[in-house]
Amino acid sequence: MSESPKTHPTVPGGDPNTGRGLTYEEPLLFERSRPGRVGYSLPAADVPHAPAEETLPQGWLRDDIEGLPEVSEIDVVRHFTRLSTWNAAVDLGLYPLGSCTMKYNPKVNERVARLPGFARSHPLQPESEAQGILELLHRLEGFLAEISGMDHVTLQPAAGAQGELAGVMMIRAYHELRGEKRTRILVPDSAHGTNPASAALNGYDVVSVPSGPDGILHPEAVDALMDESVAALMVTNPNTLGIFEEHIAEIAAIVHARGGLVYGDGANLNALLGLTRPGDQGIDVMHFNLHKTFSTPHGGGGPGAGPVGIKAALAPHLPKPIVRQREDGRYELSDDVPHSIGRLHGSHGNFGMAVRAYTYIRSLGPDGLKRCAEMAVLNANYLLARLRDRFHVPYDRPVMHECVLSDRDLAETGVTTLDVAKRLIDHGYHPPTIYFPLVVQGALMIEPTESESLESLDRFATTLLAIETEAHEAPELVRTAPHHTRHSRLDETRAARKPVLRWQPDEPLS
Amino acid sequence: MLEAIGASDVDTLFRCIPEKLRLDRALKLPRAASEQEVLAELEVLAANNAHSDSFDWFLGAGTYSHFVPSAVDALISRAEFYTAYTPYQPEISQGTLQAIFEWQTMISGLTGLEVANASMYDGASATAEAALMAMRVTRRTGVVVAAGLHPHYRQVLDTYLAGLGAEVRTLPRTETGASADPAELIGDDTACVIIQQPSFLGTVEDLACLAEATHARGALFIVAVTEALSLALLRAPGDLGADLVCGEAQSFGVPPAFGGPHLGFLAARMKHVRQLPGRLVGETVDTRGKRGFVLTLSTREQHIRRERATSNICTNQGLCLMMATVYLALLGRRGLRELAELNFSRAEYAKRKLTAAGLELALPGPTFNEFAVKLREPSEAALSRARDAGLIAGLDLAPYAPDLGPALLVCATELTGADAIDRLCDALAPQASR
Repeated sequence: MSESPKTHPTVPGGDPNTGRGLTYEEPLLFERSRPGRVGYSLPAADVPHAPAEETLPQGWLRDDIEGLPEVSEIDVVRHFTRLSTWNAAVDLGLYPLGSCTMKYNPKVNERVARLPGFARSHPLQPESEAQGILELLHRLEGFLAEISGMDHVTLQPAAGAQGELAGVMMIRAYHELRGEKRTRILVPDSAHGTNPASAALNGYDVVSVPSGPDGILHPEAVDALMDESVAALMVTNPNTLGIFEEHIAEIAAIVHARGGLVYGDGANLNALLGLTRPGDQGIDVMHFNLHKTFSTPHGGGGPGAGPVGIKAALAPHLPKPIVRQREDGRYELSDDVPHSIGRLHGSHGNFGMAVRAYTYIRSLGPDGLKRCAEMAVLNANYLLARLRDRFHVPYDRPVMHECVLSDRDLAETGVTTLDVAKRLIDHGYHPPTIYFPLVVQGALMIEPTESESLESLDRFATTLLAIETEAHEAPELVRTAPHHTRHSRLDETRAARKPVLRWQPDEPLS
Repeated sequence: MLEAIGASDVDTLFRCIPEKLRLDRALKLPRAASEQEVLAELEVLAANNAHSDSFDWFLGAGTYSHFVPSAVDALISRAEFYTAYTPYQPEISQGTLQAIFEWQTMISGLTGLEVANASMYDGASATAEAALMAMRVTRRTGVVVAAGLHPHYRQVLDTYLAGLGAEVRTLPRTETGASADPAELIGDDTACVIIQQPSFLGTVEDLACLAEATHARGALFIVAVTEALSLALLRAPGDLGADLVCGEAQSFGVPPAFGGPHLGFLAARMKHVRQLPGRLVGETVDTRGKRGFVLTLSTREQHIRRERATSNICTNQGLCLMMATVYLALLGRRGLRELAELNFSRAEYAKRKLTAAGLELALPGPTFNEFAVKLREPSEAALSRARDAGLIAGLDLAPYAPDLGPALLVCATELTGADAIDRLCDALAPQASR
């Protein structure tokens, strides 16, 4: 049976918005719209109505607001509640999206972030009226510096990618201050796409460094490329294969010896908490992802937060303003940074995320954070052990917080990584990250995090093994998955070929 | 578990970390606290800040205190929204995807442009991304920026452009508060002219006129908006010649939260869509012909294109976008207009009261809900008197517009009633000195 994309299944005489049982269909807001409905009440008019057309030229005023619906509060509540039931989420089950660290987001974080003294404070209110906020920021900077072994931390970048951008800007400023014109940045072939993109946004040429046959960087590879034209090497440790870069200290020494700096992508910091510190490995600049390591929610794609830690040599280049504690114990925002890269955010970064991360670090303490890394690593290795006999493991060695499999051994069945991912959905799992890192063909990148119990891991492993069996015995079933979702596979080619990026009425609204 | 792995103890798992790199001590952090203790600690920190519940709040300047209907937080608190991630797997992310598609439609309508992305970090970075996009579209490197652009946006723009050899020129403000004619500043190498509407000092610009001057030299016209509610009253920038509209949608149900997380937006014309940074959601069908939504045109993005991507942006501000989409649905086309008119009326009332009390408006140009007023004394004295009366009276403009003399930027909203405005007036222009 085929439906046209703009109609919905109807039962004669029934509600077109009701699906089967408790799985609801739901149109777009605009299709629910009826003239005159509002979901809002305004306070009584206590000042005279000022007609805008008396002050502003008529041509500067708008007639109608296109693009907004007219719906009641219960329409809105049902609309979004129904939409929410179509999402996978950490609170529903294991979400092993590699490199994204989909750990549990404690509820207390949300409660704290909503305290009026945080949520309803203003970025430009006098510093004397924001002492609690500044104290929290200052303390959190200290926590992150201690966890990472860096000398200073800025909380301004709004996301990991903006943290990378800030970090590379500081690297550029560092070299410029020394009168050096370095033009290249080394990025391993297994790096996140944001690394080369952040380097390019700074005007750098990106040079790819090949990983060795064991999946990690080797000093010789860096040595061969490292010269006085290279501003920095960007590394992720553990790398995106989940493997610890065991030569990191030696590699950092090579880079430093030729005047370069080492950037650490902190996406995988969760594996290292309390065990080893990037600052002790030779890293000069790194970013943190508060939404990965420090349990702030992923929010359907953001907001995250991407603080940056640096060694003292880069302190003159920190983004402005910085938070400082004065001699009298009071806190202040200061622009006193001699060679700052400038400002990165309209205000002070994603403060609401800093509150949650602070709450998390205080809740876990030093022992809890270390245990979190240990459990994350144990869980990933356990899954690898359960799966390694039946799935191809491109780099078969102990891993840290995540493991990477591939679809190589399924080639004869015609089942690919994408199919395995879609079939996992039928069993109630969000798939792992797929086709990344690029160094592995058909990669399945699995990060269980420390949040999962043994039973949860066993169920997931058993499911993946069952899918592997299905791939051999009933490949068509896997190739056409998912079968139990509201939507079967969506046509992404069609979406890109003729982009429809907003709703438009089929016919003029009456 | 260890047996399955073949390890004797947990430490075995960390043999890959060279001995000399291992931390041989506990992290120097405060010991773990119970939930009760953590809450108590954070409540003390929170209590040590002024906020818009504890004062009558006239401070805007890019971050606005508006009333947020209860349904917003109730809906975005659904864990299916806030504990999900980027909708990479569309079959199990239709909730997020459909909401983003609705958001794109709303921003497209409000800005008068054909396509809006799934949001940016904040208004400042959205403005910087808009400038970078204009440079890619025009293959030019010069940028002309109105003095009326929020000073923090300008600083972020300068930061983003620093490594790219772009020349940034400032378009001065005239005596009315409006921007000067940009014609003389626009050269053959100018990629774009950036105008904030209303300006940082609150005045409404003549966009059509500025757009014409910009287009005459082949540059793109960018309109930045910090008070998104103004879009409900003022003509859509896209209808007045804007090629890109960027800005901050925090006003739409997102808490001020000391400045973040907020919600940047960026809208463009369809012909430029392939140069647009950030996530985009598009409509499609599944194999059974059922309508659904997916992330699309991702060949623009860093995870595909790497160093040749349009931007390095990876996340959007998903949950803030959700707040704004719920908020705009609740208010709808009528409610948002009425709210904008109330904000406008309150600001006009405040202007009348303050001038009647003997104060002078700093700029004569028309405004929306925010305006600059001159003081008869150093601003610290007035702000302090207002504070004692329970008011955060506005932004001291001394660091931002010293040419105006002692002056405040005052914002009136639906939260600042006539009574609060009257008290503001008494605090800033006390009877005794009249």
